[in-house]
Amino acid sequence: MNNTILEIDNVQKSFGGLKALHDLNLKIEEGKVHAIIGPNGAGKSTMLNVCIGQLAPDSGTVTFNGENMIGKAPHEINQAGISRVFQTPEIFPDLSLLQNVMITAFATREGAFKMNLFRSLSNETEIEDEACQILTEIGLMGKQHSHAGSLSRGDKRRLELAMCLVQHPKLLLLDEPTAGMARHDTNKTIDLLMKIKEGGMTKIIIEHDMHVVFSVADHISVLAQGTIIASGTPDEIKGSPKVQEAYLGGAHL
Amino acid sequence: MKTPTIKQDMVVMLIFSAVILTMPVWLEPLGASYPDLLQKFAIFGIFAVGYNILFGLTGYLSFGHAAFLGIGSYTAVWSFKLLTMNILPALVFSVLLSGLFALLIGFITLRRSGIYFSILTLAFAQMSYNLAYSVLTPITNGETGLQLARDDARILDRLFSEAGEGLPSTDFFGFSMSGYSGFYICAVLLIIAFFISQRIFHSPFGTKLRAIKSNQTRMKYTGYNTKPYLLTAFVISGMYAGLAGGLMAATDPLAGAERMQWTASGEVVLMTILGGVGTLIGPMLGVGIIKYFENIFSALNEQALHQAYAFMPDWLATVMVTLTSPFVGEGWHLTLGALFVLIVIFLPGGIMEGMNLIKKRFSKKEAEPSPTEKATETGQ
Repeated sequence: MNNTILEIDNVQKSFGGLKALHDLNLKIEEGKVHAIIGPNGAGKSTMLNVCIGQLAPDSGTVTFNGENMIGKAPHEINQAGISRVFQTPEIFPDLSLLQNVMITAFATREGAFKMNLFRSLSNETEIEDEACQILTEIGLMGKQHSHAGSLSRGDKRRLELAMCLVQHPKLLLLDEPTAGMARHDTNKTIDLLMKIKEGGMTKIIIEHDMHVVFSVADHISVLAQGTIIASGTPDEIKGSPKVQEAYLGGAHL
Repeated sequence: MKTPTIKQDMVVMLIFSAVILTMPVWLEPLGASYPDLLQKFAIFGIFAVGYNILFGLTGYLSFGHAAFLGIGSYTAVWSFKLLTMNILPALVFSVLLSGLFALLIGFITLRRSGIYFSILTLAFAQMSYNLAYSVLTPITNGETGLQLARDDARILDRLFSEAGEGLPSTDFFGFSMSGYSGFYICAVLLIIAFFISQRIFHSPFGTKLRAIKSNQTRMKYTGYNTKPYLLTAFVISGMYAGLAGGLMAATDPLAGAERMQWTASGEVVLMTILGGVGTLIGPMLGVGIIKYFENIFSALNEQALHQAYAFMPDWLATVMVTLTSPFVGEGWHLTLGALFVLIVIFLPGGIMEGMNLIKKRFSKKEAEPSPTEKATETGQ
């Protein structure tokens, strides 16, 4: 049995009359790829939003690495070691790809605030090399000096992933990393996820594409109406009649 | 869009310094080489270059920077009255005090972003302006404005010499602040100010500020506490404004509250946008154009126009004078307004964008980039 790195304990979150998260309990083991699946509106993104401090839950706790994350500012949660890839890519469109990745690398190296007013960015060769390496891995090298805003949607997603990877987070949250991608790009992303899986980074991945889920996940939890209805290995989930009924409908398998 | 290397930056610095220091020479044919105007170019240059560190890099549009200009001026005049006519302590106090006020005002106004931030800064500046006229009269001397008097204390000066006849004048260790020596002192300070701004633009810090402008949400989820970054930029630009205000008082030792009015804050916004927001040189160009219009165009009258059209047949000259006279003299605001409208509509990136377009047109080797790329490329 591995260590638990993230524990969501009894989290509730309502928006007006809508119960988005209801008695949510989830344990994520260190070093595993944990997929969360569930129908639209099940509360998957809300759950991630609570984890990164974007939303405060009505009650319950989120413990990361033994530390309570509730009430912390988003930047403190990131500094603690959680990075997130958003459903719609959140990048810096006015900066170059290289600057995008270097900025995130600085955050991990220098902390939440540093007044390095007079150093020249062009002299930060160490961080630049690291950023270039990640961009090469992710297949965006060659475009490193173009504007991130000019990238295609799929490339923006990959850039955002690179920005998170350069931080070497303890926990990486991926919110539908292949949504809207063509099959070819999806396969490229799966290859990439498999490659970074070897590094032993813990990941939570939210995904609708069952092909992706069953390719990369070690563990799958099914979220429906704000609560976990089933949890287990991919094989267990495939075989669970409860899950078939609630979500899969058998069609994808 | 690579970050320029230190070598490239140094070349830009050298060219910039040369252009600024030779201003009295190359502005001669334009009729703008008299010291008063040259000093204004340099002083407003400092103001705009500093303002650009906030507005250009972070995108936070402050409508209240004239307040720091005013604080700088009042501080400098007080230093002339109480300590010495040497501008060094005056400028140091101007920068420090306006920095302190910027810290306070920034701490409050930066709780909001976008239009709310702009309104808050405007409110603070108008508050300072009205306070200077009313409650703070003992410090600001209200409507008359704060000015020197013969019997001011001037403690440091009194240590070395007796008070002379008449009002003393400001100096920098013997170099007078009036005339060309005054311009050169301002010009050297402008060059230093520009150098600091260039270093900030191309530092990791400046890149982070640009990242905040580009996507503040991502900055937060990337582990940055954005508030101190914004506050630092706000304080730095406030200090630049304080230095400019101090220099205004140094070249003309009189401080009035009108310097803090919102029109003065608006002017620096116009200068920055006209030249090119977020570009290093842009604000300087904006300053040049606006101050040139304000001082040269406003001095043109119908007689000057008749002279300009003298080569035309009489009837055509009369028609031309009638057509163009509303745009000169007191109508210079009309010309400036029209120019501003044209630039904002056709070149949102300011004059710098126009210059980049021309440069692209001439260098055919590169493929045509998209319009958005052109617009943002000026940001380098």
